[in-house]
Amino acid sequence: MTLNRVVVTGLSAITPIGNDLATSWANLVAGVSGAAPITRFDASAYDTRFACEVKNFDEKPFIAAKLAKRLDRFTIYALSAAMMLMEEAGYKIAPEEAELVSVLIGCGLGGLETLEATHTKLLEQGPSRVSPFFIPTMIANMAAGQVSIATGARGSNVCTTSACASGLHGIGYAYSDIKLGRAVAAICGGVESTITPLAVGGFNALKALSTRNDEPTKASRPFEAGRDGFVMGEGCGLLLLESLEHAQARGARILAEVAGFGASGDAYHMTAPPEDGSGMALAMKGALREAGMAPTDIAHINAHGTSTSLNDACETKAIKTVLGEHAYKVPITSNKSMIGHCLGAAGGIESVVSVKTIVEGVIPPTINHETADPVCDLDCTPNVARKQAVSSVLCNSFGFGGTNASLIFKAFAQ
Amino acid sequence: MSVAEKVKEIIVDQLGVDAAEVNPDAKFVDDLGADSLDLTELIMAMEEEFGVEISDEDAQQIQKVQDAISFIEKKKGE
Repeated sequence: MTLNRVVVTGLSAITPIGNDLATSWANLVAGVSGAAPITRFDASAYDTRFACEVKNFDEKPFIAAKLAKRLDRFTIYALSAAMMLMEEAGYKIAPEEAELVSVLIGCGLGGLETLEATHTKLLEQGPSRVSPFFIPTMIANMAAGQVSIATGARGSNVCTTSACASGLHGIGYAYSDIKLGRAVAAICGGVESTITPLAVGGFNALKALSTRNDEPTKASRPFEAGRDGFVMGEGCGLLLLESLEHAQARGARILAEVAGFGASGDAYHMTAPPEDGSGMALAMKGALREAGMAPTDIAHINAHGTSTSLNDACETKAIKTVLGEHAYKVPITSNKSMIGHCLGAAGGIESVVSVKTIVEGVIPPTINHETADPVCDLDCTPNVARKQAVSSVLCNSFGFGGTNASLIFKAFAQ
Repeated sequence: MSVAEKVKEIIVDQLGVDAAEVNPDAKFVDDLGADSLDLTELIMAMEEEFGVEISDEDAQQIQKVQDAISFIEKKKGE
């Protein structure tokens, strides 16, 4: 069996610092934070009253009004991002190859906003007031479903759900689909929109969120001594992957190659990673193994870097376990310092950024770095973007349940 | 606002159609592009707006715009 090489030929993103990729990227490089007081609901009673919301997103150019009414916000993001992606990549799915185009869009939670509003209606007005659209609007795989309906993609149509690793798993399995010949192309990534009373309440109960309410833009500080939890974000990041053969046949612009994917489980705890970061290390090792790369071949790491005490310490240990001494020579970064933790969308958006980093030769900074934490002693590209040719990026995502994913992108060479 | 005007407004909102298309003889499925889920939600929206109950049997008889207006007017008159 011949395995296909897999390349990235399109990117799109909707983030808390930009309603398209160009704006998001410019703000990432400039070190702009997307954190601000929560506007979606009255958060005055919550321990955390700020988040990284997507701002003033207008879906009208992408989605007809009638359909938009039937979609939860997360599906609106995914469908809009998919429209931007196909436009940017100049790819229209021909009916004769539609069955070979996958859609794998990860989502951690699904339509909580719809679920909460409908549940309130149920309690106040009774079961006869539950909309027939409630279930289809809420289910987490509706993002993938709507993207298929809009683009005509008729290959695998799946939502990968693995909490905060959902997006990266989506890309990893889309890569596998193409590598194995099950697909010639895939629209993949992650989406999430859960800045809602229940989700903020739930993450607050877990003591997972920063409570730096007086300084929202300073709250997400991955790998820094003063970090006190993550900042909730939302958005969508999608990639178009193609087999090299398919991309070249249609004359597509090749942005990078997907080199390898690793996934692992901690077999340890519901929410905490083992302190040695061994599960995270397994995912990174797996990605290197599939890529046939040595640890010294990794030029940059787009870290999970949530800004929680535990994640950042464990991820640092895991990176050192896998890369050894080379770890100290590799600049790492956490996009979450600016866009917050976009949960199921994180791996999607951060993969888009990883590829963009290779294409542009610029590493976005980890902002809010003031005081070094001795247990996070790697070069986190503090505060200022770095102009540097980047030949490969290891992108990490880890989630509750003890689930880990790592993906390696590298510069494309014939 | 009359019942007819209010019904039309709900139809425009629920089905995402142009107000000009919502004439009394327009059929929900054939002319206004509604599917079965749209119809269910349309009926629910009218129940909510006018504070009436519309049984499944009655709902099946409501196939065009005028059917809905007449039904609501009759219900409100009872």
